[in-house]
Amino acid sequence: MPNSKVNDFVIRFANVNGTGSASANYLFAKAIFRMGIPVTPKNIFPSNIQGLPTWYDVRVSEKGYLGRREGVDLMVCVNPQSMPDDVLSVKSGGYFVYDCTKALNPALIRPDVTYIGLPLMEMCLREFTDPRQRQLFKNIIYVGALSALLDIEFMVLEQLLAEQFVGKEKLVAMNIKALNLGIAYIHSNYAYPLDIRLERRDLVGDKILIDGNSACGLGAVYGGATVVAWYPITPSTSVVEAFETYAKKLRVDKETGKRNYAIVQAEDELAAIGMVIGANWNGARSFTATSGPGLSLMNEFLGLAYFAEIPTVLIDVQRTGPSTGMPTRTQQSDILLAAYASHGDTKQVLVFPSTPKECFDMTAEALDLAESLQTPIIMMTDLDLGMNDHMSEPFQWDDTRKYNRGKVLNASQLEELPRFGRYLDVDGDGITYRTIPGTHPTKGSFFTRGTSRDEYAAYTEDGRVYARNMDRLLKKWNTAKEVVPAPYLYQTVNTSPYGLIFFGTSTYSAEEAMDTMVSTGLNFDAMRLRAFPFNQTVEDFIDTHEKVFIIEQNRDGQMRSLLINELNVNPQKMIPVLNFDGMPITAHAIISLINKNLSPTLNGSTSKILS
Amino acid sequence: MTYIRPKFRHPDLPKNDLGYTTREYEGSLSTLCAGCGHDSISGSILQACFELSIPPHRIAKLSGIGCSSKTPNYFLGNSHGFNSVHGRMPSVATGANMANRDLIYMGVSGDGDTASIGMGQFVHVIRRNLNMVYIVMNNGCYGLTKGQDSATADAGSKSKAGSVNPFQPIDLAGLALELGASFVAQSFSGDKEQLIPLIKAAISHPGFAFINVISPCVTFNNNPGSTKSYDYVREHIEETGKTDLVPEKSEILASYESGTGTEVMLHDGTFIKLEKLAANRDPFNRMEAMNALRNARNRNEILTGLLYIETETEDLHHTINSTDRPLNTLEEEDLCPGSAVLAEINEDLR
Repeated sequence: MPNSKVNDFVIRFANVNGTGSASANYLFAKAIFRMGIPVTPKNIFPSNIQGLPTWYDVRVSEKGYLGRREGVDLMVCVNPQSMPDDVLSVKSGGYFVYDCTKALNPALIRPDVTYIGLPLMEMCLREFTDPRQRQLFKNIIYVGALSALLDIEFMVLEQLLAEQFVGKEKLVAMNIKALNLGIAYIHSNYAYPLDIRLERRDLVGDKILIDGNSACGLGAVYGGATVVAWYPITPSTSVVEAFETYAKKLRVDKETGKRNYAIVQAEDELAAIGMVIGANWNGARSFTATSGPGLSLMNEFLGLAYFAEIPTVLIDVQRTGPSTGMPTRTQQSDILLAAYASHGDTKQVLVFPSTPKECFDMTAEALDLAESLQTPIIMMTDLDLGMNDHMSEPFQWDDTRKYNRGKVLNASQLEELPRFGRYLDVDGDGITYRTIPGTHPTKGSFFTRGTSRDEYAAYTEDGRVYARNMDRLLKKWNTAKEVVPAPYLYQTVNTSPYGLIFFGTSTYSAEEAMDTMVSTGLNFDAMRLRAFPFNQTVEDFIDTHEKVFIIEQNRDGQMRSLLINELNVNPQKMIPVLNFDGMPITAHAIISLINKNLSPTLNGSTSKILS
Repeated sequence: MTYIRPKFRHPDLPKNDLGYTTREYEGSLSTLCAGCGHDSISGSILQACFELSIPPHRIAKLSGIGCSSKTPNYFLGNSHGFNSVHGRMPSVATGANMANRDLIYMGVSGDGDTASIGMGQFVHVIRRNLNMVYIVMNNGCYGLTKGQDSATADAGSKSKAGSVNPFQPIDLAGLALELGASFVAQSFSGDKEQLIPLIKAAISHPGFAFINVISPCVTFNNNPGSTKSYDYVREHIEETGKTDLVPEKSEILASYESGTGTEVMLHDGTFIKLEKLAANRDPFNRMEAMNALRNARNRNEILTGLLYIETETEDLHHTINSTDRPLNTLEEEDLCPGSAVLAEINEDLR
């Protein structure tokens, strides 16, 4: 098949951290996106500011597969540190682009790989005088060389540079010069384009390219968050930074220059969640963002917010645990900690976004849910979703939408009420009415506490009253099942005895795995979880399948445990499909793990799963 | 503790400018030990709010965990209260204040809640100059867990069981001064005459106002040998001078002899009147306040009164340039940029 490698390959850039490679690599990925071709860039970076190896993977997929794929078709290696490993990671028949200013160590030469040398350092020394420019333009020169090798439209690169450096024409010109140096070198030294190359398509539609953390920050601006408290931690830091960037543009009063928001960088995660709880208690929409270690610290306060019923929004951008783990690698491994955060009988509402669009939607929705359910809402995103750019459906907002502030009594409602009971279940849904401090001079005040209290918020050690309250919290939990984001079913009626369950960033690769397996005759039903608590749909999906594969990115199958624990299903039929090496799960890994489980069945009776 | 509170109130109870009697400022019955210093402080808070004619619902009470942190339930029953988690009151107060800058935030904590588990949050709330009153009911011991030494217990102080505390105490007022607190006072729960005006001044202060109140624990730390017993404190108090708060527009009473007092005008037009200041006391000089406090300690004296005040002070809202309107009153039209702006953002991401 002569065209099999058009718009279907993986390029990896091996760079040194802190050398300005990120923007050049982004330019490369964005150019492919602009050519209408589905693209997935992933930054694989060290926990370091300068000097350690960093990689940037760009997967190009005509079929629109957005998950990670193993195997590098073309390696751009400008980092001598990692060169020996980088050579090995190239697929047989692939390409190795390197800086040939220094001769390549003969030991690194593989017969099954084509080597393309670019004298990057030499060109930079010749063409640029400023030391920083010499370093930065090295990156742009290889982008130019790649544009010749892979057929990137030059106009697209030109346009992107013009957009990036508006008003800095001199910089645009220097970048274009660097691009042309790379192009000219390929033109005079190598055959081009390669068999792996790009062709313009119209497969991107109106999609946008953005990282999940920025989408969360923007969602919080749209969702009406006014108080943000946080403590820096990778990979969640950019959530609040994005909120601040958007708020500075969109939330400053034009007349007074004052801000319609408040951001406080707290002294630690304990204080950050405390501030969020204080602000929400006082009637402002407030959120924080953190990662695993921060979530551990926030547990005590999450229990208070659960028991005292205070709206709270927490965005957990998961990374590889336990403890400090691998701070710059991804995982879905905070599920159980978040679901049962804090001591005593607690259950926390979780939402699981899988795209930037969902990060945006669910952040705004979480602010509504927190106030309507009067409880913490924890958004379980992760490093892969949060810190990498993803092709996503565009953001949407309905201008008639009103914030759902939940059951909050105002002064006139309090005036008419014979007696206000903060924890009195008036409507029978387990959700009680609250008041905001300062509402009424003599009515509606109450004492918020983490100690047990009666329906009127008075302290009690009466076990029956305590138990009644705990039961009501369960009733509220059941109410929550109907209002949290519903699971997404991939079929209207079951077509297979086998089901797949996945969520968050496992989605891209799970969908690709399903697609691939269908073509080999294996058909699965599938469901994407979007929230905890699980509703009846989740229970029914598991009940109506003989075997259910739960695809997730942690060692212990945490979502599987949560499903078994909450739905009382037979563990035997719940098959874990796991990846926990810190890299995003691949379709290939999913397929081989499922095949491994099904192969005895396949040998016996294949009819069941053949579509 | 008192189990029964008579419903009867004298019909001629004095009323404040709002027409309220102290009754409107009372809370639930205290469940602390009879004679607890904390109850006296609660009474002083109540009286200060009554005298300032603050509508009770314009105050939010916040506390952590411990005997002291229970007290917000025992005063200002018409105010919202929040008994949070141990040592974390400052963060909850910070969030609450961010949400609504128009309320008065009355934080109550103890020496365990502040000087041990909550030290980090205490330090940082000072650093941010949050506009709040922060009262530590300081008894040098853990009451609810039956009398262990706290970090403010003096070295050499004897517990009820006779053991001697070997560790140096943390001086909260000295620490607050060092950290740049804009209002620092120290008092004694048994001295309402001094404490009530200090609380009034703290409420009127437009930034972080700290009052360290020595408040003997009658059950676990009122024994001979304790340096936080009623007897010891009464014998070792050294007043910096008398303090009074004169509300805006009130006439300055003639009883103040001119020349003997210092008037401090606060941001809202209120005056603090400091009478009979001890020799060499300058309430506007932080270094001098730190020295005076340290010197008193060296003499085994407890320096009380207003130690330091910075009248021109800018609170956290000012620092972060947040809107003058309470953030919790902003609505969709103030907060949501709308779909047209979102369409532009989408376009920039293509």
